[in-house]
Parts: sequence; structure tokens; C-alpha cells
Amino acid sequence: MSRDQALIEYLIRLGDNALIIGQRLGEWCGHAHQLESDIALTNIALDNIGQCRLLLSEAGQIEGKNRTENDLAFFRDEKDFRNSLLVEQPNENFGHTILRQYFYDVFQFYLYSALKSSGNEFLSGFAAKSLKEVSYHRKLSSDWILRLGDGTSESHLKMVEALEYLWPFTFELFEMNEIDATLMAENWVPDLSEIEKKWRNEVEAHLSEATLEIPDTMGYKATGSRKGHHTEYLGFLLAEMQAVPRSMPGAKW
Amino acid sequence: MNVKDISDQGPLWEVFIQSKSGIPHKHAGSLHAPDAEMALTAARDVYTRRGEGVSLWVVQSNSITATTESDSESFFDPADDKVYRHPTFYTVPEGVKYL
Repeated sequence: MSRDQALIEYLIRLGDNALIIGQRLGEWCGHAHQLESDIALTNIALDNIGQCRLLLSEAGQIEGKNRTENDLAFFRDEKDFRNSLLVEQPNENFGHTILRQYFYDVFQFYLYSALKSSGNEFLSGFAAKSLKEVSYHRKLSSDWILRLGDGTSESHLKMVEALEYLWPFTFELFEMNEIDATLMAENWVPDLSEIEKKWRNEVEAHLSEATLEIPDTMGYKATGSRKGHHTEYLGFLLAEMQAVPRSMPGAKW
Repeated sequence: MNVKDISDQGPLWEVFIQSKSGIPHKHAGSLHAPDAEMALTAARDVYTRRGEGVSLWVVQSNSITATTESDSESFFDPADDKVYRHPTFYTVPEGVKYL
């Protein structure tokens, strides 16, 4: 695999994560339990869509086939998406959404912190800019985890349920393949097993402070997105997200 | 401070934004949040999305003591006929700087 090919794939992986979680959070618009949370979640959604635009545009440029950010977001099919299974999981309830967000925010925080010193100019610039946003997302979701986990008996129970559902999806965030190997050799991207250590330290301590126990998944780890194998939820998300550009190609505001 | 729930959305907080360092914080509006720290993050999201500020204060609304309509005569009316309390009442001598 060439260096450029690996970089395109890597940018698409990061870009798809940001796009899909952005779309999921956008679903909360007008539906959260209070205006303040509605605005907070959609702010995070917009930050992620902004990151996605930078990443997919760059991927399209390096590819050199005139594919724009919009082509990549709206005219690829499910099997071409490389977002992790975690971010495509449905919103369920507010606590569930916050836990999914928390796992992703802490992951993004350590990944972007490492990418800041990437030998690739685009990646380091992108990471430095986005890290400020991500640091805030991480603070917000961390704060909520404490309050929901160690809150009322009902909020605690909902968090326990969310944790049981979402925990098996966390392992895949750190899976590496040929793309990582190629780019690590260039000193462009970090070793995800290092990111995983930091993630695990932080998440385990924080969940325990929130009186939440990490569930025993009996060794089960959800996997597949690196190869384009997704859960049943991504197709529906894409159908909604892509319907307008596909039914009216080239439509403008 | 004892933060009591006054609605199912948590207590009400008043938000003050300082737009530049060195100038006073100004009241921006209010919001609901379960506690002070969450009120700060909510204030950041609701009131400072467009670069409005460099510092935020939040104060629980019920810890603000306010004048009432019936106070206004005794509190504010006596100032009405004392124009000499405004600096503009006085003529500034020529050549005075930094006033």
C-alpha cells in the first residue's frame, strides 16, 4: 500500500467517524430534555461535521479524482464507510448518547493529542485546530457521566444499561491494519495501542468515580468497520442523510 | 450553597459574560442546569458560540436580591432632579487631558 493511499484511507476513517457521530447528534435537534442540552449536543454535532469537511476534502484532494467532500459524504455506500461501529449506534436515550459520546471524545482527545506532533503537515495542523473543540466535548460528556452515573437510581440504571450495550463497541476504536502500519512507518500517525492505554486509564477511573462497573462481555468484541462491515443501523442513517443530495444531485441552497 | 431543584430542569442560573478582559461582566440571560459547573458549560454553549466573551460567571438566580416595583419611588426618583451628579453637567476646562 502506498503512503498516499494509506493516508487517504486514514483521513476517510477519521472523517467518517466525525460525519456519522455528527449526524447522530444532529438527530437530537429539537428533541433533548432541555434547551441547554439540545444546543450543547448540536454544537458538538456541528464541530464534528466541521472536522469531517476538512478530512474528507483533504482525502478527495490527495486522491485526485475530483471527488469533493460532498461526493464522499453523500455518494458512497455503506460498505465504503470506515467509521467505527460505536458512532453509528442509535441514540436511544440521553444517557446512552452521552456515554457513546464520552467513549468517542476521550478516544479523539488522545488520538488528536498524538496527531498534533505528526510528521504530516495536514494531520498536525488539523489535530491542533480540532483538539480545542474535542477538549471541550470531553469535558462536557465527562461531567454528564458523573452526574448520570452517580445521580438518581433511574439515571444510574440507564447508564448501566447503556454501558452493557456500548462497551463491546469500544475495542474496535483501537484496531490497527495495514493503513496504520504504513503511516506509522512515516511517523505520521500514532500506535493505537498506546492511545488505548491512555483511554483505558482515564475511562476506567472515571466510570468508577461515577459508580459504574465495566461489564464482563465474556470476551465479545464488536468488529468489522475497518473492512466496511457495519451494524444494521448505518444503512438507515445513510438513507436519511443521503436522500436529498441523491434525489436532487447538484442541488444548491 | 444548597442547590435545590426548583423545576425538573434543575435550578435557574443567571449568566454574565465579560466580552474583553478588563471590562465588567454583563448580564446575558439565564438557563437551567443541575449545578454550577454544568451551568458554566451550558452558558458556554448557549451564550458564547459566536465569540461573545472571554470569561463567564454564573449565579443561581434565587441568590440574587432585587428591588421591587414598590421600591422604585424611594430608590430611584430622588435622583431625577439632581442633574449636577452627571459629569456632563460640568464644563471641562480646555486643555485637560484624560477625563
